[in-house]
Amino acid sequence: MNAALQGLITILLGVGGCVAYYTLSNLLVDTLLFPARGPHQARNIRRANLVRPWLFLAPALFVLAVYLAYPVIETLRLSLSERVAGDGSRFVGFANYVQMLSESKFREAMRNNLLWLVVVPAAATAFGLLAARLTDRIRWGSLAKSLIFMPMAISFVGAAVIFKLIYDFRPPGQAQIGALNALVLFLGGSEPRAWLTMPLWNNFFLMAVLVWIQTGFAMVILSAALRGIPEETIEAAIIDGAGPFQLFFRIQVPQIRGTIAVVWTTITVVVLKIFDIVFAMTNGQWGTQVLANYMYDKLFRAGDWGVGSASAVVLMLLVTPILVWNVANARREMR
Amino acid sequence: MPEIAGRRSALGWALNLSALALVLLWTFPTAGLLVSSFRTADQIAGSGWWRAMVPADRNLILRAAPPAAQREHEGLFVLEGNLFDEADAPRAAISAFGVSSRAIDAHRPGTTAELRNGERIEVAANGDYRHSSAQAMQGRRGQRVFVTATIAPSFTLDNYRHVLLDPHNVEGMSRAFFNTLTVTIPATIIPILVAAFAAYALAWMAFPGRALLVAAIVGLLVVPLQLALIPLLKLHNDLGIGKGYVGVWLAHTGFGLPLAIYLLRNYMVGLPREIIENARVDGASELQIFVRIVLPLSFPALASFAIFQFLWTWNDLLVALVFLIDSSGETTVMTKNLLELLGTRGGNWEILATSAFVSIALPLLVFFSLQRYLVRGLLAGSVKGG
Repeated sequence: MNAALQGLITILLGVGGCVAYYTLSNLLVDTLLFPARGPHQARNIRRANLVRPWLFLAPALFVLAVYLAYPVIETLRLSLSERVAGDGSRFVGFANYVQMLSESKFREAMRNNLLWLVVVPAAATAFGLLAARLTDRIRWGSLAKSLIFMPMAISFVGAAVIFKLIYDFRPPGQAQIGALNALVLFLGGSEPRAWLTMPLWNNFFLMAVLVWIQTGFAMVILSAALRGIPEETIEAAIIDGAGPFQLFFRIQVPQIRGTIAVVWTTITVVVLKIFDIVFAMTNGQWGTQVLANYMYDKLFRAGDWGVGSASAVVLMLLVTPILVWNVANARREMR
Repeated sequence: MPEIAGRRSALGWALNLSALALVLLWTFPTAGLLVSSFRTADQIAGSGWWRAMVPADRNLILRAAPPAAQREHEGLFVLEGNLFDEADAPRAAISAFGVSSRAIDAHRPGTTAELRNGERIEVAANGDYRHSSAQAMQGRRGQRVFVTATIAPSFTLDNYRHVLLDPHNVEGMSRAFFNTLTVTIPATIIPILVAAFAAYALAWMAFPGRALLVAAIVGLLVVPLQLALIPLLKLHNDLGIGKGYVGVWLAHTGFGLPLAIYLLRNYMVGLPREIIENARVDGASELQIFVRIVLPLSFPALASFAIFQFLWTWNDLLVALVFLIDSSGETTVMTKNLLELLGTRGGNWEILATSAFVSIALPLLVFFSLQRYLVRGLLAGSVKGG
């Protein structure tokens, strides 16, 4: 268990290092640089208070800068250059983007990503809303919530295995062990189908996996929002004669519009980055390519950093509107 | 008002039934995996997992004893015994049998089937047979009998034994399990520590640029980690870290940090102002306030982030592929192992289902025991944004 030992040492080093850093740096500021005594006491306290936040922030800012901010810039640079023999790279302008746009696999990935972008957030939010509404009104609601929420703990690869079993295909005549084919035959379908190789439709079968995982998330958030609606509003609507459906669609849903938007955008970000499900179930074959998998293909199978980085930049551009919206919301809230 | 009461209870029924349908639909896929992991390969191929609980009709090919065992009895050459015992198979109830592959269910149990050259075989429902012939029987192997048998439901732990405990199984999950654990624990603890200090500064210390920093962190929350792969791999190679645990720990720390800071800061901002101001007035240093007051009070937020980060690092595939797993394959994690099995063992559902269940068992356990904190964290992270 060499790796386990290494892990233990890393935890100790990491934790010990952090603790030592925070203690020592504070000590340094308080006793050596700006001691809160002597002739410049007031000035020193003021200066220490000016420096201290940055002591607390420094490790986090350093890691964020190296692991998130720098890569964004470096990826931008890589997308505008090509690798040359040796270790260098050469500026090539938009050549990588031009090449990428000319590839049919990229256009297929864009088309599929847009499909995912429309279908998955809509379906997961709708199912989540339905589940929230149903489970809020029954006695075993919390158990039901747990069970619908459970897929969230399952890895995308694990979910891929689970759904491959559902979509399993055996030639006609054999017992169908895939639930979907068994259901189709049970309902009078003529023959079993290999669902994951049916062009265009297979995209929807892959999307079902993510909808299955994300519905629980939507349900939890929306259920909390539904319970947050003031009782008086609902009572007033009932007294005015609103039926259960009217109450739901005309009173409750409009009141939680903001939360629905948050759920929708959160799932959208997940969808844009979707990789594991496609990678594990079809690896982009049979017309199921998506951007993140296309990028992985380019970076690590074809070794083409230029085009790979260009597709990563496209991914970043697609996320940017949500990023801006989130930041705007956060700033409005802080005021 | 009986009508209204009646309508209400009908609505209640509809509500309960629709909720039940939804819950069943959502648990059905995972149940399939769990049930399949306790079935043998033959059982899985023979019938869908949803039939595992009911007795199943199976077609078996069994053999009578070889002619070498025949006895002569009143002018007949006879072989007697039980078909299931001859094959060392568990006994089952036979509903039909046949002696030709073209008519495998031609005869009812208890009747006699005619074979070539005047031989006869009688098969009873419990598998007892009597194979007789007027002349001495020839050949090395016993008579083939096709039976349709009703097999009682049965489950096995052999798959788990094979996947977890078999030392000769190179595709086993035990090493991957420990590797995943090795990735997960430091990758969960280190970001919490780093983030907690930063979150405290962003929540309770006044300094210029604070609002801008918070906004930047909200922005970083959605940056796709795909952008970081090549630049960081290059960086790790230049620094001499290469591919390995250190690299994957650092990467997970970096990618988890924005959410950690965001969640913890949101929680810390909500702590009562008086407690912290009083401590400051009493002369406590910022470090003391943070360690003695804010950190213990923030336990729920720390727990919810820890669960998020644990689930995310445990379930991750991409970061491990890029930063951890080298060509030796020594450091493979469970998601990668599953992926390989999907490629090489695509049809062996007993192995796939068992391996998959091994990989999701711990996250499910964590999920069900600590769900409270997970929900609280989700609400803190999302609802506020509205």
